[in-house]
Amino acid sequence: MLSSFAVQFLNGLAGASALFLVAAGLSLIFGVSRIVNFAHGSLYMIGLYVACTAAQAFGKGPAGFWGAVLVAAFVGAALGAAIEIAVLRRIYRAPELFQLLATFAVVLLLRDAALYLWGPEDILGPKAPGLEGAIEILGRAFPAYDLLLIAIGPAVLAALWLLLARTRFGLLVRAATQDREMVAALGVDQKWLFTGVFALGSALAALGGALQMPREPANLGLDLVAIGEAFVVVVVGGMGSIPGAYLAALLIAEIKALCYGIGTVNVLGTSVAFSKLTLVAEFLVMAAVLVWRPWGLLGRAQAAVRAPGPPEPPLRPIGRGASVALAALVVALAFLPLAARGYPYLTVLAIDILIAVLFAASLHFIMGPGGMPSFGHAAYFGLGAYGAALLVKGLGAPMEAALLLAPLAALAGALVFGWFAVRLSGVYLAMLTLAFAQIVWSAVFQWDEVTGGSNGLVGIWPSARFADRSAYYLLTLAIVVAGLALLRRVALSPFGYAMRAGRDSPLRAEASGIPVARVHWVGFALAGLACGYAGALFAFAKGTISPETISVGRSIDALVMVLLGGVQSLAGPIVGAATYTSLADTIMRATDYWRALLGLAILALVQLFPQGLAGGAARLAARLRERAR
Amino acid sequence: MKKVFAALGAALAALGAQAQTIRLGELNSYKAQPAFLEPYRKGWELALEEINAAGGVLGRKLEVVSRDDNGNPGDAVRVAEELVSRENVALLFGTFLSHVGLAVADFAKQRRILFVAAEPLTDKITWQNGNRYTFRLRPSTYMQVAMLVPEAAKLRKKRWAVVYPNYEYGQSAVASFRQLLKAAQPDVEFVAEQAPALGRIDAGAVVQALADAKPEAIFNVTFGADLAKFVREGQTRGLFKDRAVFSLLTGEPEYLDPLKDEAPEGWWVTGYPWYAIQTKEHDAFLRAYQARFKDYPRLGSVVGYATVRAIADAIRRAGSVDTEKLIAAFRGLKTTTPFGPIEFRAIDHQSTMGAYVGQTAVQQGRGVMKNFRYVDGAAVMPPDAEVRKLRPAD
Repeated sequence: MLSSFAVQFLNGLAGASALFLVAAGLSLIFGVSRIVNFAHGSLYMIGLYVACTAAQAFGKGPAGFWGAVLVAAFVGAALGAAIEIAVLRRIYRAPELFQLLATFAVVLLLRDAALYLWGPEDILGPKAPGLEGAIEILGRAFPAYDLLLIAIGPAVLAALWLLLARTRFGLLVRAATQDREMVAALGVDQKWLFTGVFALGSALAALGGALQMPREPANLGLDLVAIGEAFVVVVVGGMGSIPGAYLAALLIAEIKALCYGIGTVNVLGTSVAFSKLTLVAEFLVMAAVLVWRPWGLLGRAQAAVRAPGPPEPPLRPIGRGASVALAALVVALAFLPLAARGYPYLTVLAIDILIAVLFAASLHFIMGPGGMPSFGHAAYFGLGAYGAALLVKGLGAPMEAALLLAPLAALAGALVFGWFAVRLSGVYLAMLTLAFAQIVWSAVFQWDEVTGGSNGLVGIWPSARFADRSAYYLLTLAIVVAGLALLRRVALSPFGYAMRAGRDSPLRAEASGIPVARVHWVGFALAGLACGYAGALFAFAKGTISPETISVGRSIDALVMVLLGGVQSLAGPIVGAATYTSLADTIMRATDYWRALLGLAILALVQLFPQGLAGGAARLAARLRERAR
Repeated sequence: MKKVFAALGAALAALGAQAQTIRLGELNSYKAQPAFLEPYRKGWELALEEINAAGGVLGRKLEVVSRDDNGNPGDAVRVAEELVSRENVALLFGTFLSHVGLAVADFAKQRRILFVAAEPLTDKITWQNGNRYTFRLRPSTYMQVAMLVPEAAKLRKKRWAVVYPNYEYGQSAVASFRQLLKAAQPDVEFVAEQAPALGRIDAGAVVQALADAKPEAIFNVTFGADLAKFVREGQTRGLFKDRAVFSLLTGEPEYLDPLKDEAPEGWWVTGYPWYAIQTKEHDAFLRAYQARFKDYPRLGSVVGYATVRAIADAIRRAGSVDTEKLIAAFRGLKTTTPFGPIEFRAIDHQSTMGAYVGQTAVQQGRGVMKNFRYVDGAAVMPPDAEVRKLRPAD
């Protein structure tokens, strides 16, 4: 029994090394550039694909295998540098987190590129020559390669430490991690420092992928798996801290190995399968760590980045003319089903767009005026949707009542999670919300009897009164417009001002008597409630819900819509959601490689409108007005 | 003026020709599951070309309007709405993932349109959540498990371990396996259970935990990348030495081929040995497929091909594309697939398409199935009375 756990501990060590390699690169990149790089997992995936191809080309033998690993790392470095130069360099001055949108587009592009280059079938690379077999440890066969992997993690950690502590490049990286404006002021060319760090981080990701060659096949799902795990490790360890990343990787890998080692246990007559915990283990760890230590295990409080771009203009109420135009637009929208009689799909699409608009606007409410980016906003969408479904299916409530009451589940969730989240800031806050969302997701995923498990619930259709698509569209329009009006009203009320004050200067806000945490908490809850309405509307629009409504993918969709529209304008999420949803709908039909096309479209928009679509439009209008004067 | 009329006439003629075609709506997770669905698409394309070359159905050509459902139920329902309301399709077919399949099935019931679920495996689509508008082609999870159990029971192994991806497919496969094996062999004991998350197996830890439980036999439900990792770790750590392994779907080329010469030997699997099936129906299909695509078929190819073939036969039998008439035609429809004749059962709308059960081996550097036999789906169905209990009345 004890020897079994000892060997499981070794399994955990091997897993930790694998996790650490990917996470170290991500941590470096974030530390210096403050960019949340979604494309990091894609570089891991590409690294593994390149290694498999190169190993095949180089032939058998140690030189072929290790040569392939090196080639993969170099390709990763080159690709990372190319992404930094071509995509990111032009948008460093955009609002915080905007670069995330560009890296998301790169994920879409690289996924389709991999499909095009390597085909859909998984590719199993060769084993490491000389290390194919197993070594007997405590009476069990243990793969020789895993022993090497156990050593590689700490070796890379030591090498990185030497690089950072003993070289000029390392000195600059550390300086930039602490205060990049000061580094720039001292005459260091930031551009090449950033490119260098990106190349190094990407090389580590690709190396991490390539070293998995004997352990897993190259496949198209790796990018998202890798990025999810790497993010958790980086945040748990403390962003920018390399030793922290190793510690976190070790913690998470060992907990997982332990879960498998324990297996199924009888607790008070019911059997509990611990292996199922691996579904959510890392997120439980992350939530616990962040609640206990808001900057991760070895992280430090982030130095405030002194406005990388121009300061954000204050929100202003729109004028009378604009109000009339807006009212006219709503009235016009109400007549859409009539206009679309020969074209009923328009109504269906419009329902989806309206729901997306409310979903994005509720995220924007905390992300823009509140300054609280959430990477787990789908939790409240899903709670609203499941609340509606359970009220109808479980309690037999009429659809109208369910639609009205279900968002209270989202409100409750937002109250609980928000209470913890508002104590954090920046990416840590975002990752804590993600952890909560994943916990909700896994609970829904596992709780078969109530939530229908991975299949979800079906048969949640509107009542007879709203069964017709046009009627349901009007209902959706009414609720969404009401929700938007409320969010806008609050954002421009004294409460909204207090929220923005807490965002821009927590210290001064506290000093002038604003309870910042409480104000942000209430704002968070309100956003959760509004999001719950979007979720409930979604459930009845589709007739079906599944855990996908709470998935990371849906949270990312919301982020993309907000950033695309522009985080600094109240119209941003509306424009962003409408653009993204209709763009995706059109492009999905237009070509097989729709992911790449969507990625390209987003990249183009990102380069053209670094303030988002609405922000760009507002700027254009301001410039025109100036010229007219 | 004449020119304008000529152009108008041509346009009208073109429109008329289009009105003549029968439009079938197809949706699937092409981007999310390309390894399975690209061969599937080729399969239905081949069937479509053959049917149209032979003059179509009811004197009209068939046309498939195909869409990507983005691998999630929300988008799938929107795509289905679009196919129905904008493309005016006569019926829907496709889907791969179980939750997407269930969502579209429920949509079909709501909108009263016929839906032929091609790929999804969940038992619920024809049983617990079955509805009169939905038919399913591929043998369900239960059926695939039931095909393996007789061989498992023959071995008289007492200590079993199970490993499965932690979602409905894995869970219900293991539940059926336990229940059926226990019925066949009451003294069986399940000594270990590992349920890693789909696509995220920590193979080393799982393999060691299974080995530590010292089972005599293993039932595996993992597939795809998880399977490849499990097989590699298992072989390196000697998990499969002197142990019987039963593995669902592993004989399908989609999952067996990536393993190349490392494919496990002697496992009992369900699958599709396209290289060794010698029947008239399959020969014809294989030759046509290879001539058309310069590639060998996967199981997905057979599913895509057989689905469109079955739909064409149903339309012929119905004599129209009216939904009610199509339902009547599909109930008890007898049609021919590359696997031989099948029937869409009236009782639960499940086709009796079966699968091949055999043992894995490595030949010329690739995994194959040996001593296999075809198990007809009808042979592994529970008694009708039980099916009626499982399925809600229409």
